[in-house]
Amino acid sequence: MSKTSKRRSGGRLWRVAAAALALLCAGVPAAHAILTIEITQGVDTGIPIAVVPFGWSGPGKPPQAIADVIEADLGRSGRFLTLSRKDFVSFPTDKPDVIYKEWRVIKAEALVIGSVAPLGAGRYEVKFRLFDVFKEAELAGLRYTVSAGTLRAVAHQIADVVYEKLTGEPGAFNTRIAYVTRENSPKGAVYKLQVADSDGYDPKTVRRSAEPLLSPAWSLDGRRLAYVSFEDKRPKVYIENLTDNRRELISELPGINGAPAWSPDGKRLALALSKDGNPEIYILDLATRQLKRLTNDPAIDTEPAWSPDGRYLVFTSDRAGRPQIYRMTADGRQPERLTFEGEYNARASYAPDGRSLVLVSAMQGRFRIATLSLDSGALQVLTDTSLDESPSFAPNGRMILYATEVQGRGVLASVSADGRVRQLYRLEEGDVREPAWSPYNRQLQY
Amino acid sequence: MQMKLRLAIVCLAGGLWLAGCATGTSTQPPVEDKSATPGSTGQPVPESTAPRGEALPGAAEAELLAKRRVHFAFDSSQLDDENRKIVEAHARHLVATPNLKVHLEGHTDERGTREYNMALGERRAQTVQKTLQVLGVASNRITIVSYGEEKPLATGHDESAWAQNRRVEIIYR
Repeated sequence: MSKTSKRRSGGRLWRVAAAALALLCAGVPAAHAILTIEITQGVDTGIPIAVVPFGWSGPGKPPQAIADVIEADLGRSGRFLTLSRKDFVSFPTDKPDVIYKEWRVIKAEALVIGSVAPLGAGRYEVKFRLFDVFKEAELAGLRYTVSAGTLRAVAHQIADVVYEKLTGEPGAFNTRIAYVTRENSPKGAVYKLQVADSDGYDPKTVRRSAEPLLSPAWSLDGRRLAYVSFEDKRPKVYIENLTDNRRELISELPGINGAPAWSPDGKRLALALSKDGNPEIYILDLATRQLKRLTNDPAIDTEPAWSPDGRYLVFTSDRAGRPQIYRMTADGRQPERLTFEGEYNARASYAPDGRSLVLVSAMQGRFRIATLSLDSGALQVLTDTSLDESPSFAPNGRMILYATEVQGRGVLASVSADGRVRQLYRLEEGDVREPAWSPYNRQLQY
Repeated sequence: MQMKLRLAIVCLAGGLWLAGCATGTSTQPPVEDKSATPGSTGQPVPESTAPRGEALPGAAEAELLAKRRVHFAFDSSQLDDENRKIVEAHARHLVATPNLKVHLEGHTDERGTREYNMALGERRAQTVQKTLQVLGVASNRITIVSYGEEKPLATGHDESAWAQNRRVEIIYR
């Protein structure tokens, strides 16, 4: 795996997460181009939590280091301080072994323990418990029976349970990310539309092309991806069904077919089409294939995104001379400019609670990720890089995934919605771009 | 509406300039209404051709025709004088060669968002397309596509790379 380096220390947090990831990577075949995560800005605050390696009652090594995945997830969120295993006095795997005093000594407020047992025929039983060390109380206890291929998903799901029990908000670890990679081969460029776990593991290639792929967009059920492909030397919009690997050509009108965005009900797709000469926002009804035009302006209108309640669309327009963010009703009425700070604001999308937008904002030639509060109109810049693109919220609204450029290469990065915690997802080779965080969706296959 | 007007002014100016060129004298480029192009950066001053040796007939034209790319300022789709001369030479060539078709590929630099850049690249290709049309090239001989920021010529991440990448490629078919 590529080296995990420290940039701006978040103290112990990054080291623990990095060590956990190093352990994880050791067991993963190198055939896939894996995204490795570096924490570039962390926090020393957060709920101190001890995640004890899960017990294993089978022969040899366990098929998956569950605790490492949980610990890395919690550490990356910026809401937890994961405590070093070196300081643990004991390594309990079941409730009777827990001595609360031992955890109070190392200042743990929460404790996660568990075990994995083989059931035969490739199936496993995973048990986990979460304790409040000070109240000496069990906060959660769950058992899963799964196949080996689902063990990482179980680990993410446990991290989600821990996150929710301790912060009061749902976690978003058991989700996926879509992104596009570009690699050079002897025959030329290779573009791949990929889907991976939220931590970059288990990447799967959805579509491969010698021509550019861009703008992947998740349907709210997490089963379909709309995207733009240049495979016919011009942009066309497709929908890929992730459950059966079939795809459908959605739009190949003259000019630009781009910027697909799903309506919350999954029945319509907002698109930017330039069939009449310049890009306008349209809504395509996927069942009837009827197109409805929402904008009518000689400027560029593109990058539509729906509000979570489906009543509004935000979009990018340079109708006032420079690209800025506008909002209109879902039937195209009452267009209203939302951004006034900065020389360039584009590619906005809504937070899950509908109260803010995330977008790309340029000031003094630096393109950075910012949030815009729809209540106060305040713009908050979250990053300090210069070529940031394609931001999207995690479904719990706490993290933002985006693309940036580091040492001449496209990489993915994430930042907490308050700007305090940042990470880089680094690919071994090639560029990564166009990330999109999936909605909540994934059902475990038991 | 304002954009169309702007384009009309640019095209008209281009037409006048072409008329000036055709006489073979070193007339000054026509005055352009720069107030109508608030986004464009300063345009390079054309070099004076007066003190130099007179070019052999056709040499200057061949030199212009050899150029198959025109370039733009950041977030702009306006042709400056130097780049307009290149487009005009290609227009004359197309008018003189009726069986030739041309494909215009619009591109942007990497800054900003990909879908906005897709639209900006298209607008650049349309500027060249409309200039060719105004100069007599039939619309059915011209096709355009935008690749936005997806196909940079130069892979660097600085102004010199960006300047090369903000372009329309003129491809004969």
